[in-house]
Amino acid sequence: MIVYILCFILFQVGLFGILTSRNIIKIVIGLSFMEFSVYLFLVLIGYIENASAPILTGNPAQTNFVDPLPQAMVLTAIVIGLATKGMLLTMAIRIYKKFGTFDIRKVTSLKG
Amino acid sequence: MELILSILLLFMIAGALYALFAKDLLSALIACGIVGYGLVICFLLLKAPDLAIVQIVVESITLIIMVAVVLDSTREDLKETIVLKEKGVSYINAKYVFNVLTVIVLALFFLFFFNQAIDKLEPLGQHVTRMSSAYIEHAAEKTGSANLVTGVIFDFRGYDTLGEITILFTAVVGVLTILRLKGRK
Repeated sequence: MIVYILCFILFQVGLFGILTSRNIIKIVIGLSFMEFSVYLFLVLIGYIENASAPILTGNPAQTNFVDPLPQAMVLTAIVIGLATKGMLLTMAIRIYKKFGTFDIRKVTSLKG
Repeated sequence: MELILSILLLFMIAGALYALFAKDLLSALIACGIVGYGLVICFLLLKAPDLAIVQIVVESITLIIMVAVVLDSTREDLKETIVLKEKGVSYINAKYVFNVLTVIVLALFFLFFFNQAIDKLEPLGQHVTRMSSAYIEHAAEKTGSANLVTGVIFDFRGYDTLGEITILFTAVVGVLTILRLKGRK
């Protein structure tokens, strides 16, 4: 049970990073922490004690496998996380080229 | 098992906190790598080798892109303190206080739902496979794949993978569009 709570703490650390940083790079780092904690939480739910990795070895005595469904879903989520992070970093590059800073408070040209 | 995972997670949380409070952006990125590669070890301990391989590749790519972005621009972090000093007068940074209060409110909000969820969860390692029992039983004859995760991704839930590829393609198109655009001064 303590592992779930530590996962939750990692999620909160990421949330703190997103909401209190002014630097775009730090915000991307905080977002990736939140993603990591959710991946780990989903894989922890599917874990079974003394079971083997979900790969068939041809041994008929081996019937106890870790749940493959959360692993497959997390695999999809990791790749999508890469796509979103790449997109965010591209925007960070453009903002730096245009405004000369990573500070989100200085990016105010759309402010009414 | 739970003890090893807890120690690893504490290490990861320490790395995460260092990454958020580091003065230098490059060292913040290295600390971000601690968390990402710690996650790889957690996946290996949790019997998820496919995830570990994918996470190594993705984390390396992300770190390389981030380091390229930081080296191309600036390494200085922007300091944010509770008490600001300007022309000898010190006053409280209202925006920072507001942000911290928002974090506390959201943390309590998430804690409420986490409490609700944790009551319904089994303790670590005592999961009962419901839906995946069918996958485990029939994967060999239906998909012909020895790896059950591959069987689920590419056969039982192939449409999920199709959606994933669509998102990846859209992201690549977006990145190309943003990078090719000429910025106006």
